[in-house]
Amino acid sequence: MRNPLSKNVVNIQPSGIRKFFDIVTEMKDAISLGVGEPDFDTPWHIREEGIYSLEKGRTFYTSNSGLKELRIEICNYLHRRFDLQYDYEHETLVTVGGSEAIDLALRAMVNPGDEVLIPQPCYVSYHPCAILAGANPVVIELKGENDFKLTRSELISAITDKTKILVLAFPNNPTGAIMDYDDLKDIVDVIIEKDLYVISDEIYSELSYKEKHVSIATFPGMRERTIVINGFSKSYAMTGWRLGYATGPANIIEQMTKIHQFAIMCAPTTSQYAAIEALKNGDSDVEMMKDAYDKRRRFLVHAFNNMGLTCFEPFGAFYVFPCIKSMNMSSDEFATKLLMEEKVAVVPGTAFGACGEGYLRISYAYSIDNLKIAMERIEKFVKRNQG
Amino acid sequence: MREEILSAIDKNSKLSAADLAIMLGSKEEEVRTTIKELEDEHIICGYPTLINWDKVKRERVTALIEVKVTPQRGLGFDKIAERIYQFDEVQSVYLMSGGFDLTVIIEGKTMREVANFVAAKLAPMDAIQSTATHFVLKKYKEHGLPLVQIKQDERMLISP
Repeated sequence: MRNPLSKNVVNIQPSGIRKFFDIVTEMKDAISLGVGEPDFDTPWHIREEGIYSLEKGRTFYTSNSGLKELRIEICNYLHRRFDLQYDYEHETLVTVGGSEAIDLALRAMVNPGDEVLIPQPCYVSYHPCAILAGANPVVIELKGENDFKLTRSELISAITDKTKILVLAFPNNPTGAIMDYDDLKDIVDVIIEKDLYVISDEIYSELSYKEKHVSIATFPGMRERTIVINGFSKSYAMTGWRLGYATGPANIIEQMTKIHQFAIMCAPTTSQYAAIEALKNGDSDVEMMKDAYDKRRRFLVHAFNNMGLTCFEPFGAFYVFPCIKSMNMSSDEFATKLLMEEKVAVVPGTAFGACGEGYLRISYAYSIDNLKIAMERIEKFVKRNQG
Repeated sequence: MREEILSAIDKNSKLSAADLAIMLGSKEEEVRTTIKELEDEHIICGYPTLINWDKVKRERVTALIEVKVTPQRGLGFDKIAERIYQFDEVQSVYLMSGGFDLTVIIEGKTMREVANFVAAKLAPMDAIQSTATHFVLKKYKEHGLPLVQIKQDERMLISP
């Protein structure tokens, strides 16, 4: 029998998170700080709208690009919150989570051999999706001393004449880093001069604690070369609804819609109705959750710095990324040992790229009471294992 | 600062001044002083515990009583409300708009005790025209917190 598998797929490494997941699942009564999704339930008025749409029998396909009303609300929202202007008809596509939009954008834009720049540590899907799309992913290793922002010189030295796309994901999972107006301004002219396109994954845009999130697409000359990806999972605590969207130049969105049409058909109808309610009446929920995250964020940064694990102040998402280099252990060893000895699960930084070595991703999508217990245990662990 | 502290402890009064200071990005001493001020000004009026008594053996009966009163000249409803809320059995008193004037929430050990209180203490007061007593059968949510279900964290333990 012939080998049924695609070499391209087989060669892709499984997510580093997977291995750790299996160990944690075996462990009874472990406290986990390893989750990449909100602890809040979807606000009731949003869930209720989903239920209502089911009661009304709205169980059919929607148009490929999503309900018109939803796309209009998305465009209103992006304009209201981030000063982005898109046309709902030709420049907006509703997808199955931000993840699908990442995949679509890469597939719609790259040709074999094109290089896609991926600053790491980052979310686990850009690299494999780039390979699946036929591109060559090129990793840029971001540095702790730059608070894990992408610097101008790092960008310049990674660009070759094959580079086509830069994936930008700020506020960042796993580091919690943000890139503010000045940080972005610093790289925008390089992007334009080198004629790159940007896939800007702004799924954590609402969770920016220092100042309002700035989208790179708002810079002059950037709108026509940027696909902005966002969604409902993080800001409205709607991970399980699987709903995201992409906005960008019509010619790119058109091709993305084509793939989406053949591969997916349309995003879940119930979720789309619920999402309309989220955008219309959900601003205060976002504010409430952000406020709760912010308190926990300060609590964790303080706790880590206090126990001697230096932790730069992350101003975005819901992760802190403390440095454990002083412990003379690899991230993997630290995380495994911590789980075995203190029953606290965290994710080793290396799950998000090799340059995550020496760091841990700690999620604060947990109640303060939970975080307190976890921090006490980690502190005990650190004291016991420090030289 | 004041409002930030209040909204932080609104649902969790167990947070210490030290924790609050970290969470709000402030100084412990400043938080301590502000809380003291809020207490002195009777903005923070107490730190009760939210208990689901249904889960404990001890019987408790709660009744909501709609009360119609004749307001007194020059004193309005405040005087009569004050007379009512002084009783230990009374948990809450609200002045209402609409079909009746005061909502009085009473807690007692038994239904008979509550009925006695209404008949012997409340209804006979001069200013009170009428009462309508409704007994609470089950409490679902109080102070913004659900009393009935304990929610398990159903998320996967690790996710990207």
